[in-house]
Amino acid sequence: MTQAFRIENGGLINRDKKLSFKFNGKTYFGYEGDTLASALLANGVHLVGRSFKYHRPRGFFGAGVDEPYAVVQLYRNGETEPNIKATEQELFEGLEAKSVNCWPSVNFDIGAINNFLKIFLPAGFYYKTFMWPKSFWFRIYEPFIRKAAGLGVASTKHDKERYEHKYEYCDLLIAGSGPSGLAGAYAAAKNGAKVILAEDKPRFGGSLLTSDVNIGNQSGKDWAEGIIAELKTMPNVVVKNRSQIFGYYDHNMLVMSEKVSDHLPSTKKYHPNKRLWYIRAKEVLISSGSIERPIVFGNNDTPGVMLSSAAKEYLKVYGVLVGRKPLVFTNNDSGYETAIEFKKNGVDPVVLDSRKNAESEIIDEAKNLGINIKNSYVVVAAQGYKKVKSADIASISEDKKQLGKIENIQCDCICVSGFWTPTIHLASQSGNKTKFKEEIDAFVPGQSKQNEITLGAANGVFSLEETLKTSFTAGSELSKKLTKKDNEIAIPNVVEKKSSQHDKFWCVPLPKGKNYKRFLDFQNDVAVSDVEIALREGYRSIEHVKRYTTLGMATDQGKTSNLNGLQLVSEIENKVVPAVGHTTFRPPYTPVSIGAIVGREVGKHSKPTRKSPMHSWHEKNNAVFVDAGVWLRPRYYKRGNENLFEASKREAKNVRTNVGVCDVTTLGKIDIKGPDAAVLLNRVYTNAWLKLPVGKARYGVMLREDGIVMDDGTTTRISENHYHMTTTTAQAANVLSHLEYYLQLVWPELNVNVVSTTEQWAGAAIAGPKSRHLLQKLFPNSDVSNEGLPFMGYMEGDLFGVKARIFRISFSGELAYEVNVESDYGSFMWEKIMEVGGEFNIQPYGTEALSTLRIEMGHVAGSELDGRTIPFDNALEGLVSKKKDFIGKRSLQRSAFTAEDRQRIVGVVPLDKQTSIPEGSHLVKDDKAPLPNPKLGHISASCWSVEYDNPFSLAILKDGKNMIGQKLFAMSPLKNKVIPVEIVSSHYVDPKGERVRS
Amino acid sequence: MLYINCPHCGMRSQNEFSYGGDASVKRPELNKEVSDQEWDNFVYNRKSLRGKHLELWQHISGCRQWIKVERDTATHEIFRTFKADEEVA
Ligand SMILES: [Zn+2]
Repeated sequence: MTQAFRIENGGLINRDKKLSFKFNGKTYFGYEGDTLASALLANGVHLVGRSFKYHRPRGFFGAGVDEPYAVVQLYRNGETEPNIKATEQELFEGLEAKSVNCWPSVNFDIGAINNFLKIFLPAGFYYKTFMWPKSFWFRIYEPFIRKAAGLGVASTKHDKERYEHKYEYCDLLIAGSGPSGLAGAYAAAKNGAKVILAEDKPRFGGSLLTSDVNIGNQSGKDWAEGIIAELKTMPNVVVKNRSQIFGYYDHNMLVMSEKVSDHLPSTKKYHPNKRLWYIRAKEVLISSGSIERPIVFGNNDTPGVMLSSAAKEYLKVYGVLVGRKPLVFTNNDSGYETAIEFKKNGVDPVVLDSRKNAESEIIDEAKNLGINIKNSYVVVAAQGYKKVKSADIASISEDKKQLGKIENIQCDCICVSGFWTPTIHLASQSGNKTKFKEEIDAFVPGQSKQNEITLGAANGVFSLEETLKTSFTAGSELSKKLTKKDNEIAIPNVVEKKSSQHDKFWCVPLPKGKNYKRFLDFQNDVAVSDVEIALREGYRSIEHVKRYTTLGMATDQGKTSNLNGLQLVSEIENKVVPAVGHTTFRPPYTPVSIGAIVGREVGKHSKPTRKSPMHSWHEKNNAVFVDAGVWLRPRYYKRGNENLFEASKREAKNVRTNVGVCDVTTLGKIDIKGPDAAVLLNRVYTNAWLKLPVGKARYGVMLREDGIVMDDGTTTRISENHYHMTTTTAQAANVLSHLEYYLQLVWPELNVNVVSTTEQWAGAAIAGPKSRHLLQKLFPNSDVSNEGLPFMGYMEGDLFGVKARIFRISFSGELAYEVNVESDYGSFMWEKIMEVGGEFNIQPYGTEALSTLRIEMGHVAGSELDGRTIPFDNALEGLVSKKKDFIGKRSLQRSAFTAEDRQRIVGVVPLDKQTSIPEGSHLVKDDKAPLPNPKLGHISASCWSVEYDNPFSLAILKDGKNMIGQKLFAMSPLKNKVIPVEIVSSHYVDPKGERVRS
Repeated sequence: MLYINCPHCGMRSQNEFSYGGDASVKRPELNKEVSDQEWDNFVYNRKSLRGKHLELWQHISGCRQWIKVERDTATHEIFRTFKADEEVA
């Protein structure tokens, strides 16, 4: 198949490598170095999609990042990705793409009835129509919109591609490799600065690739290639193509997305698909260039209407003619450059220049080539539905209000140039307050906010000579500050043609009796009339107009539409553009793959996993794990066909009757040393700590300054000035920071050191009536009798040659011990316990049984210490010292905390002794009361009591102290349950606490 | 992302730190009578300044030291950083 619109020679593509690809099911050919857009245009394909609202046919408008139309769904190597700009996607062998936003097909689109039947969706459509009736949303509006609109389909499959994050530091980061970027990079690199030069396109050089200029006796393109080649050899320089800096954040942190593999049929082994760079730069040079802006006229969205700079780029970079009968419509000299390129390739363009007369070297060249130029002429409307067939043109009066007689001329494309808009997004993101530059009708960066400088076209400077001069100088100056080196750079000679002043004209008036749609925002289908409606309806702020009309809110973020929108508002409002102001630019500058943002943090890498040293034993013994923060803990050990309920009941029962062992390695452990350690504990915990003897443990509760319980746990005095604190698994990190806060900032005079030892110790809780017998066998040389090691006692022991710490503490409410050994001996300890415990019918138990045991004992845990309860609420007021001061004590005097009917922990039993009460259920007096039914309390934790063989729950209940014996209802609207319950003591089992002391 | 100069470790990214609030708040002394108003001011009442603010950060993924950072809450500019025991002039 021939590529009918490819010129014989020229362009930067590799004609030796032909590539086949599919678009909407049809096979085409292109060359290596093409984009999907250039390859389609080479094949004469202009129709690529449908517009968002009216489903009008859409073609290509640009040739790069500014493209508002040509968004496709891409298929590559068995994966699919939506929202790909055809103008940015490089061609590879076997590429497949489909149009989006058209149903059932791009050529016959049902949504386009919107256009023909004039059921136009005017400004505020979403605001007005979809507000009412609400019930229509899910049934009618949303399914309709989803089917008829949208910019592609996200894959629901697991993404096989890899994405990486990289952190980098440099002296000078340069965004854009046009003349300014190259000059800045070169000068800074010569001074030894660490430079990163980023270019979003595959080819370096920016405008030098397409402009007819001469630098140092070379063509602009050759000069750029020479500079890049030299930069690549320098060890202090990183040059990156296919890399878009899309965000400028605080303290000169910029983020760049590098497309590593998108241009290849499949990602190479060990390569990522994309790499996200977090770059902390000392200085930033924004050389992001400018984007040509359209002139608004009737049907200006017809396929075949495009930016004149894009037409030139397709020709000079890709060797593609976007038409054979081009009409160039311009208000400045740039249109002439495009016309000259057409002419040089044997195509006769017609140029319409809105200016009455303009003279410059460029225009002279066009005239000398015999190009047909019509001054004071404009395109009134494009004609043709799926492709431009002709144009209605007319002369225009000097005040640009009156059109002459409408003539129709044949053409197959209309190349528009409405002058240039500097790309100020990055500068604006950095916090730079932009200013309006009258001469170019556009905003440019103002005073630098961070360490950034914007040069060249991005700064509204369109003279190459000046751009090179300022950029070389800036590169030298910025690097000199950092490297203290000052290499002289000879600024090369520049030959460029001088241009004439552009015409401040951007919108063609409607001819009498015609109602053409004149689009401002091509992707979101916002027309001149929509903005007029918004202003008529009273919207004034440009931010409001944007949201009401959706102008500039599409995925192209209004790169081509912003300024014309502002011009329109300023014209109607009779204000100058700077008074209207522009909307805020926010990152990302272009869409960024979610995959790139997530990076490697997927699946099991989405968060770190902490495992105890005994983890592999648990795995081998059928443990079913549960996430406890970032820890993995055995929830239960499955035997046969047991479910969670059966297994945890068996395990808990075995603790109550024999002995069980539980991995408690995850508990937070903090080593506290120093002569003032006891003083610190005394201030941190609510109870007294000054007199705890060596070899004893004590349970303690700590508060936040607002009186709320922060954490609980036991702390043991190992030796005179050495304590071992345990915290809950969840609060371990917070408690350490809390202690450090007071030691470093509040009481720096205390001579104490704290350090986390959570990972240094492996812990096993041995609980049950037979636990002492087991201990005796584990530590035959130690006296672990009730006298030798009483409740809350501590000793060191020898576990078959391994040094162990033995604590007589209990969470289960049974006679129990906790044995700690250094982590590396954890599995040895565990295996010994299981081996020796065999004769006592030992079974391991998981967190579910652990919960059961503590709930029926009324021991509080995270579900009660939920950041809303004070000691009284948890029946812990006995631990609150009246004598000494401690963190949070003063808050306990607050009237709410001393109220007579203060909430308090209670036990809850269903009257039928059968129905388990869902956690989170509300306790109410009357289950039939009208909503909202006054809530008296909530169920904090539920279990199946193995002691009484019926359900049992803990609750935090208003006036709980006086509610024992009352009958209430537990209601769970989530589970659709209403359960009559009786309130009992929270100490359901062994209320006197005899077992732990036995 | 902020770039914070830890007085112990040097320039580090914000994600190594955790925020600790207003550094000018002084905890009332232990065992001292404190009025409700005084205590409320200590526990709850913060100025939430726009502009220069002296605040606490802890270098949790570094030296674990609490430090003082003088930062503009509107612009994020960081003027100076101090060790916990350094007097802020
Ligand atoms: Zn540090």
